[in-house]
Amino acid sequence: MTPSRDQREARLASRAVQVAFLIALLVLWYLATTRWRVSPLLLPNPVVVLRDFWNILTTGEFIGDLRVTLTELVIAFTIAAGSGLFVGYLVSRSQYCIQVFEPLFAGIYSVPIILFLPLYVLLFGLGPASKIALGATISFFPIALNTIAGFGYVERTLVIAARSMGASDLQLFRFVLLPAALPVILTGMRMGFTVALLSIIGSETIASLAGLGHRIVYLAEGMETAAMFAYIAFVVAIAAILNTLVSALEARGRRRR
Amino acid sequence: MMTSHTMQRPWVARAGVVVLLFFFWEVAARWWVDPMFVSPPSRVVASLPTLFDTRGLPAALRVTFWELAVAFALSVAIGLAIGLAVGLQPFARKSFMPIILLLYGTPQVTILPLFVLYFGIGPASKIAFGVSHGFFPIVMTVVAGVQNIKPILLTSARSMGARRGQILRYVIFPHMIPSFFAGMRLAMTGVLLGVLLAELYVSTAGIGHFTTLFTQNFDPTRLLGLISVLAAMAIALNEIVRRAELHFSRWHSE
Repeated sequence: MTPSRDQREARLASRAVQVAFLIALLVLWYLATTRWRVSPLLLPNPVVVLRDFWNILTTGEFIGDLRVTLTELVIAFTIAAGSGLFVGYLVSRSQYCIQVFEPLFAGIYSVPIILFLPLYVLLFGLGPASKIALGATISFFPIALNTIAGFGYVERTLVIAARSMGASDLQLFRFVLLPAALPVILTGMRMGFTVALLSIIGSETIASLAGLGHRIVYLAEGMETAAMFAYIAFVVAIAAILNTLVSALEARGRRRR
Repeated sequence: MMTSHTMQRPWVARAGVVVLLFFFWEVAARWWVDPMFVSPPSRVVASLPTLFDTRGLPAALRVTFWELAVAFALSVAIGLAIGLAVGLQPFARKSFMPIILLLYGTPQVTILPLFVLYFGIGPASKIAFGVSHGFFPIVMTVVAGVQNIKPILLTSARSMGARRGQILRYVIFPHMIPSFFAGMRLAMTGVLLGVLLAELYVSTAGIGHFTTLFTQNFDPTRLLGLISVLAAMAIALNEIVRRAELHFSRWHSE
C-alpha cells in the first residue's frame, strides 16, 4: 500500500508545481504590465486580453474568419485524403511499386513544402485556393505514405490463408487487408489533418485576404496587441479542439475493427 | 512486361518517374499554361545564372543560410540545456514535461506576428522563430535519452567517486548520443520550417523579399529557380544531419 501512496503524493506534488508555475507566469505577466510599465503595445495587460477574448466569443465576430479557415481545411483535407488513399492503395498493390514510390514520396516530404506557397499564390491568387492547394499538398504525403505502409506490409500468411480458404478479391480487401491496414492509415490521416491545419493557418498568416491567420496579422499590423493575444488564444483553442476531436475519431476507428 | 533487369533496380524506375514528371511539366508549361504563371524546367535551369545575377539575391541566400545555421546551433544549445535540466531530475521531469508537451502541441504559426513584434523584421525574428520550432525535438530526445540510461551505471559511477561533470561527460553523454542525433534531425526539419515561414511572412534582406518580388512581378522563371535553390539547400542540410545520425548510431550499437 505504501508505494502507491508515495506515488500518489509524488503526482500531487508535481501537479502542484505545474499549477504554481502557470500561476507564477500569470502573476509575472500581470506585474510586467502594471508595475514595471512594459509598453501595452508589446505586452498587453492579461485582464484586457481576457476581456477581449470574452468579447470575441460573445459578439461572434470570429464566425466569418472561422468559416473561411474551416472551409479551406475541409476542402484541403478531403482532396488530400481522397488522393492520398487512392495513390497509396494503388502503390501498395505491388512490392515493386512500393520500392519505386515510397522513397520518392518520403524524399519530397522531407523538403519544407511551405516553399511552394509563393508559387501557389502566383498560380491561384491570394484567396482560399492557394491555401487549399498548400494544405492539400502537405497533407497528401503522410496519408499516402501511411496508406502504403498499412496495405503494403500486411502479413503474407494472412493473405495466403484467406486465399487458400477461397476468399474473393473483395472479401480479401474487406476482411483481411482493410482491418490490418486501418490503424496505420488512421494515424496517417490524423497526421495529415494536423499538418493541413498548421499549413493553412501559416499560409493565411503569410499572404491572404481572410481567415483566422489573416485576422491575427491584421491586428498585429494595427498594433492592437490585446485583441491579437485574444485571437491567438482563440486559434490555439480551436486547434486544440479540432486535434482532440480527430484523435478521438482515430481512437474510435481503431477500436471498431 | 518489365524485364527482370529493371525489376532488380527500383531506383531506375524511380528516376524514370521523376524524368516523366519533369517532361510533363515541360510540355504543360510550354503549350498549355500561361507563361505568366508557370515556366518550363528547361528555362528555369537555363536562367539559374541570371538568378544569381539578381542584385542582392546572393546576399539574401547567405543571410538565410546564416539564419538557419544560427537558429540550429541555438536550438541544440538551448534544447540540450533544458533537456538536461528537466530530464536528469525525475521530479522535474514529471512536473515540467507535461507543460513542455503542451507547448510543443500548440500551433506556433499563430504567434509568428508576435516574434516580428518583439524581434523586428530583420534576421533576429527569423532566428528566434526557427529556434522556437527547433529546440522542442532536442528537449524531447534528450529527456528520453537521459531517461533510458540504466540507473546501475549512474550508481556505479557515483560509487567509484565520479564527480557530476565526469558523470555527464563519461556516462550520460555517450548514452544519449543516438537519440540526440535523432533529435537533431527533427530539429533541422523544425528550424527549416520556422526560418522559411518567418522569411516568407516578412523580410527585408532575406529570400522572403525576393519570393514576394518575383510573385508580384509575375516572374515564374526566377521564382521557381529560387525555390529550387532553397529546396536543394534544405535537402543538403537534412542529408548532413541524417548522415551524422546514421554514423553515430552505428558507433553506439557496436
